[in-house]
Amino acid sequence: MVLAAIRFVIMSQLSVLLNPITALGRWIIFIVQEMGRIAIFFFKSFYLMFSRPFQIKKILQQIHFIGSKSVFVICLTGAFTGMVLGLQGYHTLVKFGSSGFLGAVVALSLIRELGPVLAAIMVTGRAGSAIAAEVGIMRISEEIDALDTMDINPLRFLVSPKLAAALISMPLLTALFDVVGIIGGYISGSLLLGISGGIYFSRIETSVEMADVTGGFIKSIVFAAVIVTICCFQGYYTHTRREGFGAKGVSLSTTSAVVISCVIILITDYVLTSLLL
Amino acid sequence: MREPFIQFKNVYKSFGENHVLNGADLSIYKGEITTIIGKSGGGKSVLLKHIIGLIEQDSGNILFDGQPLSNMKKAEKKALKRKCSYMFQGTALFDSLTIYENIALPLKETTRLSDSEINRRVKDKMDQLDLNDIDEKYPSQLSGGMKKRVALARALVTDPETVLFDEPTTGLDPIRKKSVHEMISNYQLKFGFTGVVVSHDIPDIFHISQRVAMLNDGRILFEGSPDKLAQSSDPAVKEFIQGLYTGNDNGCIQTDKKN
Repeated sequence: MVLAAIRFVIMSQLSVLLNPITALGRWIIFIVQEMGRIAIFFFKSFYLMFSRPFQIKKILQQIHFIGSKSVFVICLTGAFTGMVLGLQGYHTLVKFGSSGFLGAVVALSLIRELGPVLAAIMVTGRAGSAIAAEVGIMRISEEIDALDTMDINPLRFLVSPKLAAALISMPLLTALFDVVGIIGGYISGSLLLGISGGIYFSRIETSVEMADVTGGFIKSIVFAAVIVTICCFQGYYTHTRREGFGAKGVSLSTTSAVVISCVIILITDYVLTSLLL
Repeated sequence: MREPFIQFKNVYKSFGENHVLNGADLSIYKGEITTIIGKSGGGKSVLLKHIIGLIEQDSGNILFDGQPLSNMKKAEKKALKRKCSYMFQGTALFDSLTIYENIALPLKETTRLSDSEINRRVKDKMDQLDLNDIDEKYPSQLSGGMKKRVALARALVTDPETVLFDEPTTGLDPIRKKSVHEMISNYQLKFGFTGVVVSHDIPDIFHISQRVAMLNDGRILFEGSPDKLAQSSDPAVKEFIQGLYTGNDNGCIQTDKKN
């Protein structure tokens, strides 16, 4: 959305120079309209998740695609993030003679911030881009129009199962990221740099509170909604892009979906952190 | 005097600077097949998409049984849509679903029929359209002509009251074309549906059509029976028909894909 706004500004840069107040007004109207359209798109899709008959099979297929197939990449990034945190944390803490707090630093960083954010960004790259491309291709090949003519609600058929699957998968993927990250921190901090494993894990136990875990899960659920809504929205409205049609339109939609999702995830993370702290 | 089932009254539609419909007036009667002919890129598919609500007119009225579509409630529009079926020019089959799943989709998603009944209906349509032994194949594994027949099977599987065909025979060989025309005609006689066909298959399509409408420059230039079309003295109509017969009209030869 932010990039779309930037694109809009660039396209109307001439008018900005000539009449900045008009251009600013037009830009604000554009942003508000886009936010409204995305919000309606999300609420309709969310509401249709609960319409009967429930689409259990489709949701399970999407859990497999969004969740199961992301496990490897989540484990990989989680392990190395934890290892880097262990390494950096050790070298910083050792200067203050408090290397024993490494477990707490690694666990809190992961559970509160890095776990939800990095897991969401990885899912955006792996599944979000595929969702945007899939929906975009369905749009340009008239498959979405075909659903409409068959009186099948395209949002219910296409978006709702993905949204439900992401809302279920993301907290689990985030939990996996946190656990693997903590083990990664243990490998670098304890096995490689010599901090006692008992101290590492006991510090985690004493410093991590349930509120931290809950906060991380709340973030992951919000990010799941952001990823699916933005990526499906970009694909769904591929045909309305002014810069390109057909395959070019799909490629632009996919790029926008990933970039906008990542930006919104980081902005939302700040907002949620300030609300949860 | 008969009342039209679907009626276009002074319908205008533009896409940016491209004025596609410029006051189109058209009457479609219940239980008849109406064929819309016209130059490629002349707005025939756009006209067809207005009927099923995929595109909304800029101005003018579209009436169903005398009731304006724009005044209908959501539930009324939904009920109307359930009675209609649309066969897309580019087939619009779902690439990720098998042929069987494609044909069964409207029944699975919009009815409460049992799996065995759905299976019976799908197999029935596949047999009639000579689509045997391709149940588990995907659209990308089929030829263009076969995809057309799958799209036709999907359009007819719900036994709709109104069927909109957007160039149903483009890309088919003469034998298949004939069988598709016969099937449309036979189904129409059997079930009495109202058919609207966009086609370039002149004169073959006239054998199954009760009415023909010619779209030219966004307006309906001619409306009437195929016999009256042949007798028309309008120079534009004559030029178009003769152009089609000789295959040298400006982009209007029978194999054109663009409408």
